[in-house]
Amino acid sequence: MSGSDVTSFLPPGWLLIVGALLVPVLRGAARQAYMLVLPGLGLWQLLAIPLGTSLVYSFMGYDLELVRVDALSRVFGIVFYVAAFISVIYAMKVKSALESAAALVYAGSAIAAVFAGDLITLFVSWELTAISSVFLVWASGTEAALRSGMRYLIIQVGSGVLLLAGAIIHYAETGSLAFGHLGLGTVGTSLIFVAFGIKAAFPFMHNWLQDAYPNATVTGTVFLSAFTTKLAIYALARGFAGEAILIPIGATMAAFPIFYAVIENDLRKVLAYSLNNQLGYMVVGIGIGTELALNGTVAHVFAHVIYKGLLFMSMGAVLYRVGTVKGSELGGLYKSMPLTTIFCIIGAASISAFPLTSGFVTKSMILTAAADGEYTIAFLVLLFASAGVFHHSGIKIPFFAFFAHDRGLRVKEAPINMLIAMGLASALCLVIGIFPSVLYGLLPYSVDYVPYTTSHVVTMLQLLLFSALAITFEMKVGWYPPELRSTVLDTDWIYRRALPWVRDGLGHAYTQSVDAAVAHFRRARGAVLHRIAVVCQPFGTLGEPWPTGVTTMWAAIMLFTYLVLYY
Amino acid sequence: MSEEPEVVIVNPADEKPGWFDKPSNVNKIVWALVAMCTASVLADFFYHKHTHYDFQGYVGFDAFFGFVSCGLLVLVAKQLRKILMRDEDYYD
Repeated sequence: MSGSDVTSFLPPGWLLIVGALLVPVLRGAARQAYMLVLPGLGLWQLLAIPLGTSLVYSFMGYDLELVRVDALSRVFGIVFYVAAFISVIYAMKVKSALESAAALVYAGSAIAAVFAGDLITLFVSWELTAISSVFLVWASGTEAALRSGMRYLIIQVGSGVLLLAGAIIHYAETGSLAFGHLGLGTVGTSLIFVAFGIKAAFPFMHNWLQDAYPNATVTGTVFLSAFTTKLAIYALARGFAGEAILIPIGATMAAFPIFYAVIENDLRKVLAYSLNNQLGYMVVGIGIGTELALNGTVAHVFAHVIYKGLLFMSMGAVLYRVGTVKGSELGGLYKSMPLTTIFCIIGAASISAFPLTSGFVTKSMILTAAADGEYTIAFLVLLFASAGVFHHSGIKIPFFAFFAHDRGLRVKEAPINMLIAMGLASALCLVIGIFPSVLYGLLPYSVDYVPYTTSHVVTMLQLLLFSALAITFEMKVGWYPPELRSTVLDTDWIYRRALPWVRDGLGHAYTQSVDAAVAHFRRARGAVLHRIAVVCQPFGTLGEPWPTGVTTMWAAIMLFTYLVLYY
Repeated sequence: MSEEPEVVIVNPADEKPGWFDKPSNVNKIVWALVAMCTASVLADFFYHKHTHYDFQGYVGFDAFFGFVSCGLLVLVAKQLRKILMRDEDYYD
C-alpha cells in the first residue's frame, strides 16, 4: 500500500456508512451537528489521500482493490461529498432517524463505489446504494411512495444482479476482476454495460427515475438526484469510454425527455425528466471518449450535481410550504418565497448554460468535442436539447411555480436551513461559472479549453434569448399548452398496466382451464365409479351368483393352463 | 418534517398587485427580451465568429435554431398529450 494512513483506517465513503450507525442514538442538535461533521471529515480525508493511492485486500484468494484514488475517481468523490454536505444542511430538520441514517449510508456507498478498483467491491457498494436509497422514497409514507419504491428497488437491485453476473462471466473469460476499461464485445462486459445503463437511465430503462424521485420525501429527492445516476456515469466513463454506441444512446436521452418535460404537471417530475436529459450529454461525452469529451463529461457532472440539487431543493421548499408542486396549482409564490425564487432562478440559469453560470463552462466542452469529432447529428441534437432544457428548467419551472397566475397562496419563506443550503449551491453555481479554472483543475486531463470567447457567449445568448422569444410568442398567441392535472404515460405503463393485464389474462385463462380439467376429471371419475357400482352390485353383471358348473370349468381351465406352462 | 404546510389563501384582487402582476411591467419584460434578441443578432456583425461547421457561421444561426427548435418542441409536445395524457388518478 502506498500513501495515506487515513485510508487504511476507513476507505472513502465508509466514514458515512459506519457513521450512520450512530445517528439513531443521537437526538436534536447533537445529531444535526454530527451529520454535518461527517461529510466534512470525509472530504478532508479524501483530499489528504495522494493521487495514485491503491489499497488491495486479498479475500478468499481474490485480490480486491477497495480503494483506488486517481484523478477520475477523486473528482467524483469530491462532488459527492459536497453534495452530501449541502443535502445534509437542507435535510437538517428531518426527524426520522431511519431516513437520516439511510441518506448517509446512501451517500457513503456511492462514494465507496466510485473508489472501488474491482468489480466485486463495486457490486457491493452498488447494491448498498440501491437498498439504502429506497428508504428515502418509502419515508414519504404514502401508498404511492410504497409502491413506487418497490418498483425502484426491484429495478436497482436487478441492475446489481446483472453487474454481478457480468463480473463473474468476465472473470471466467479473462481471469481478472479489475474494474478498468472494459469495452464491449464479450458477454460479461455486455451484461455489465446493461447494468450501468439501467442506473444511468438509458432510454427504455429510464422510467424508474421519473417514477421514484417525485415520490420521495422533500429532502430525499435532493439526495437521490445527486448520487445514483452520476455513479452510473462514473462507471461508464471508467469502463466504456469511447464506445461509439453511447453517442446515439446519449443523444436519444438528451432529446426525448424534454418533450415529456413540456407536458408533465408535477414539477419535481419535470426535473426528473430534465435530469435524464442532462445525463444524455454526459453519455455522449463518454461515447466520444476524447480527453476534451471526458473532461467535459466530468465537469458537467460536477456542475450538474450542484445545480440539479439546487433546483430540486427549490421545488422541495415549495412542496414543504405549499403541500404540492403541481404546476396547475401553483403561481405567484415569488411574493411569499422571494429568496427561494432567486435561488431557483440561479439554478435554472445554470442548467440552461447562461454565461457566468456553471452550465456555460461545462456543457459546451461536450458540444465542442462532438463537433471536433464530426459527430454532426449528435451535435445538432445536443444543440436542440440545449434549447429544450432552457424551456423546461429555465422557464417552465420558475415561471409556473413562482410567477404565472397568482393563486393567492400565501406561505412562509423556506426554513433557514433550506435557504442556507440553496444559498451555498447557488454560490457554487456562480463561482464555477465565473472562475472555471477552479473546476478545470480537478478534471482528469489537462484543460486547454477557453469557455469565454466572444463567439461562444454571443451564440449561446442568441440560442437562449430566441428560445425565450419563441415561448413568449406562443404564450401571447395562446398556443402554449396550459398546465393540466394529468398522468403522462411513459414506459412504466408497460410494467404497471400492460404486464399486469397479460398476467391477469393468463391467470384467468389458467384458472379457467384448471377448473375445466378438474370438472372433467370429476365427471369421468363419477362415470367410472357408477359403472363399477352397476357391474358389481348384487345381481349386476359380476354380482349375480355363478352356477357351480361354470366355476368348475374355470378352475379346470386354470389348472390346465398351469400344467401347460409348467412343461 | 412532519408539520403540515400552513397555507393562507387570499384573493389576489384584494391585495396591492405585485410588480409582476401589472400587465405594463410584463410588457416591459417582453420588450426588453425583444431588444436583447435584436442586440444579440446585431452583435454577429461586429466580431469574427469561430465555428466548427460552416452553417454556424451564418448571421443569427443560433438565434434561428433556438427559436425554431424551442417553438417546435412545445407544439409537438402539445400534440403528444393527445396520445399520452390520462387522468391524474390513472394508476390508482
